[in-house]
Amino acid sequence: MRLVVDLNKCQGYAQCAFLAPDVFAMHGEEALVYNPRAEEEQREKLARAVAACPVQAITADGLHGAGAGSDEAARESSDAH
Amino acid sequence: MPTDYLDRFRREGRIVIVGASLAGLRAAETLRAEGFTGSLTMIGDEPYDPYDRPPLSKAVLLGKASALHTDLPRRREIDAKWRLGVAATGLDMTAKRVRLADGDEVEYDRLLIATGVRARPWPKESEADLDGVLLLRTRDDAAALYRRLKAGPRRVLIIGAGFAGSEVASACREMGLAVTVAERAGAPLVGALGGVIGSVSAELYHENGVDLRTGVMVTGLESDSVGRVKAAHLSDESVVETDLVVVSLGSMRNTEWLTGSGLGAGPRGIACDAGCRAFDFRGIVTDDIFVAGDVARSPHALFGYQFLSLEHWGNAVAQAEVAAHNMISSSAERRPHLWVPAFWSSQFGVNIKSVGVPPMGEQIMITQGSLAERRFVGVYGYQGRIIAAVSFDNTRWLEFYERQIERGAPFPVEFATVDRRPEGRQPVDAAFPDPSLPTHGPTVTLSGYSPSDRQLVFTPARH
Amino acid sequence: MSQAPLLRQITDYANRADPYPLYEELRKTPVLHEEEGGPYVISSYWDIESLLHDPRISSDFTNLAVASEDELSGPEATGLPPSFIRLDPPEHDRLRRIANSSFGPPHRPTRIDSMRGELAQIVTDLIDGFGDARKIDVVDQFAYPFPVTVICRLLGVPREDEPRFRSWVDPIVAGLDPDTRTSAESMKTAQEARLQLGMYLNGLVEQRAREPREDMLSDLVNSHGPDGAMTTMEVLSTAVLLLIAGHETTVNLITNGMLTLLRHPEYLRRLRDDPGLSVKIVEELLRYEPPVQLVPQRTCIADIELRGVTIPKGSRIWLVLAAGNRDPERFHEPDRFDPDREDIQHLGFGSGIHSCFGAPLARLEAQIALAELARRLDNPRLVEDPPPYRPNAVLRGPRHLEITFDALR
Repeated sequence: MRLVVDLNKCQGYAQCAFLAPDVFAMHGEEALVYNPRAEEEQREKLARAVAACPVQAITADGLHGAGAGSDEAARESSDAH
Repeated sequence: MPTDYLDRFRREGRIVIVGASLAGLRAAETLRAEGFTGSLTMIGDEPYDPYDRPPLSKAVLLGKASALHTDLPRRREIDAKWRLGVAATGLDMTAKRVRLADGDEVEYDRLLIATGVRARPWPKESEADLDGVLLLRTRDDAAALYRRLKAGPRRVLIIGAGFAGSEVASACREMGLAVTVAERAGAPLVGALGGVIGSVSAELYHENGVDLRTGVMVTGLESDSVGRVKAAHLSDESVVETDLVVVSLGSMRNTEWLTGSGLGAGPRGIACDAGCRAFDFRGIVTDDIFVAGDVARSPHALFGYQFLSLEHWGNAVAQAEVAAHNMISSSAERRPHLWVPAFWSSQFGVNIKSVGVPPMGEQIMITQGSLAERRFVGVYGYQGRIIAAVSFDNTRWLEFYERQIERGAPFPVEFATVDRRPEGRQPVDAAFPDPSLPTHGPTVTLSGYSPSDRQLVFTPARH
Repeated sequence: MSQAPLLRQITDYANRADPYPLYEELRKTPVLHEEEGGPYVISSYWDIESLLHDPRISSDFTNLAVASEDELSGPEATGLPPSFIRLDPPEHDRLRRIANSSFGPPHRPTRIDSMRGELAQIVTDLIDGFGDARKIDVVDQFAYPFPVTVICRLLGVPREDEPRFRSWVDPIVAGLDPDTRTSAESMKTAQEARLQLGMYLNGLVEQRAREPREDMLSDLVNSHGPDGAMTTMEVLSTAVLLLIAGHETTVNLITNGMLTLLRHPEYLRRLRDDPGLSVKIVEELLRYEPPVQLVPQRTCIADIELRGVTIPKGSRIWLVLAAGNRDPERFHEPDRFDPDREDIQHLGFGSGIHSCFGAPLARLEAQIALAELARRLDNPRLVEDPPPYRPNAVLRGPRHLEITFDALR
């Protein structure tokens, strides 16, 4: 699964790093580093991370059938601001 | 009639996007999302699907991701014809054709140019070709650099202490490698954030064991008998023995292919209006050529309508969306690109972010936290207004300052803020270097009011 | 016209079961200031969001122009120094960083993730404990004991001490309710429990200082990062904060969740077939029925202009998160519970530097709890709708949630 984090939006709440620690990690207190390609077995945790991001900064595709109940393959990081 | 044309164009028109990276991809997705059903051709000089670049100098060098696996996720299907691994080499505006490196020509009704930038190479070609002299911009660059770093060079020399150079230096230290950084200015990040912040960055360098040489230029690279780099000579007469040199001198805009096309394109990018329509060389706006991303330079209402070139990830996305929307909209429905510049970098475990245009700032004041603790918010002022802000590990406050910038709020910041220290009560000179001496890779280039203006760097009036 | 002030209606217990029409009324005056000396009440999504990131806003009661005795001692009233929830930077940041170094990334990146199996086991044991009963109280038999057990495991309270620990926590949490707080007897019980808990934790802290283990208390007392270690008093104050702030909120999240699902049975059905749906259900719950309805403990250290109203320095500011979460300027059909919405975002955990410390744990707890209740209860039904609520208007949730079901799977 491919993913990207909009690090302009990211404010270091680290929810993704808590919930999917094999994909996302904090480098220091606030900076996020992540693997833009997540392995298949990370699907469920990645879905949790995407949903939990308080600023909707994570876009992932290939989450289809993630059990997140969504028909959408991708969670748009469309900005409602 | 125009509505008829637009309807037909949206149904069966031909759009060509030159540049298959972040801006190109997001533009294509926006076109489809907004109902464009005609033909879409994506042209890219690299033989890869659109991939993301910021991880290349961060997660990849930290060993947390593979250079070959940073492909961008798709927001939707775009049903495009892909011409990857073939660079565009020319544009015929009259015939509405893009020429490709393999001799092919592709016709368009409307064209989006998103060719971005490339790394500025080491100026002496023979030295640039030495084994062990690397750049960092593309996926291939990152893969090569990571391989070399893993092989354990004796000492890495990084030329240029902009954001990219700093991120590489940080990764090297994390891998336990000896690293020297040579920077022409007085401190790292000076071109982008000024000397006050630059000195904080310099402390980070020192604390993390980087051998930082400032106020020097690399005058030459020396090779051994088999063409491998072995040393660098500096302008202060010193010699750095090194077996791996990373040239990090900022970037160059990919506009050479437009030479002679009649488009208003040059080394500073392609001038366009706030609606992303390109200007021709006479300063007349075109109606079928649009520009987005790093290669564009467009006027911004918040910053005195100066033309800004932004090498910012978020700008590429926002501008691509606006350009795509405008490409398939009537003039009344078009939107301006008014994104507030925003930027991030992480180095030595510190998260650095900025909003607005720091290089326009004359003065800076630390409104929260402290430089010494390396956790703070700094606010830049220009002619009595807040023009930009920067944070070190304090990003959650930044959106407040972004709104202050949007409102043109007064500077200095007189109101009380939490965690204001005595040092932050008075503004000080932001200490940007003389703008006629550009340092390595400021992330915002102010390039003057007029699209036909030929000066290389706009010099704002200073007191 | 002759109605009571809006704020008094919101805090009025009679409106506890459904405060949302009042919030809608509230949003008509986005900056509401009904009484001299009373709070400025903020209720629109964007205004709340922006004030949570505004450096002129303080969480420190000493910045109030007029603070009450109660506020200065804090509802925790433990005699401990203030915990980071009521401090501003730089003290807030320092204590929260140290606390975080025992809890999450970058120092303890897998502490919460690695608890998932344990969380599931606790939930299984609690549901197994329903036995042959076909009528249970979700609060007392499930939502209430679950988070206390979790916090015990996290802090490192030995299993054999968990019942004792809970016997102290119960009266303390009960004592937080504004109504019971006025009863002298419950105050005395809570005070006694606090003392006991404090002494117990103190002993545990000393022990962990000597013999560190893989738990949060050990990390807190032995932290050697650039921020140094917490003092024993700070450790105790942080532990009590985690305990209290993390408890009632999680109880309410789970209980509100079950109540909402029982009112929207199609999602309960879907959740039974697809436990992954719990992820979106919990996010939407945090928007639709947030456990913390409002943040009453903020003030401003400068005059603030908002929507043409000047909020004078030192004023009390209430941020009504639950009203912002239903703001039609932000959300399409805000009053509809819709876990399928594309754009789920919320103020349920606050935002900015004080955003909920325990959010990732609360998320996992609620996801696992609701998915398991949905899976194992056959044909669950509400006994009473609305259920009886706790008096508290801030930490709002049912006191009991009685349900019946046909069988346990």
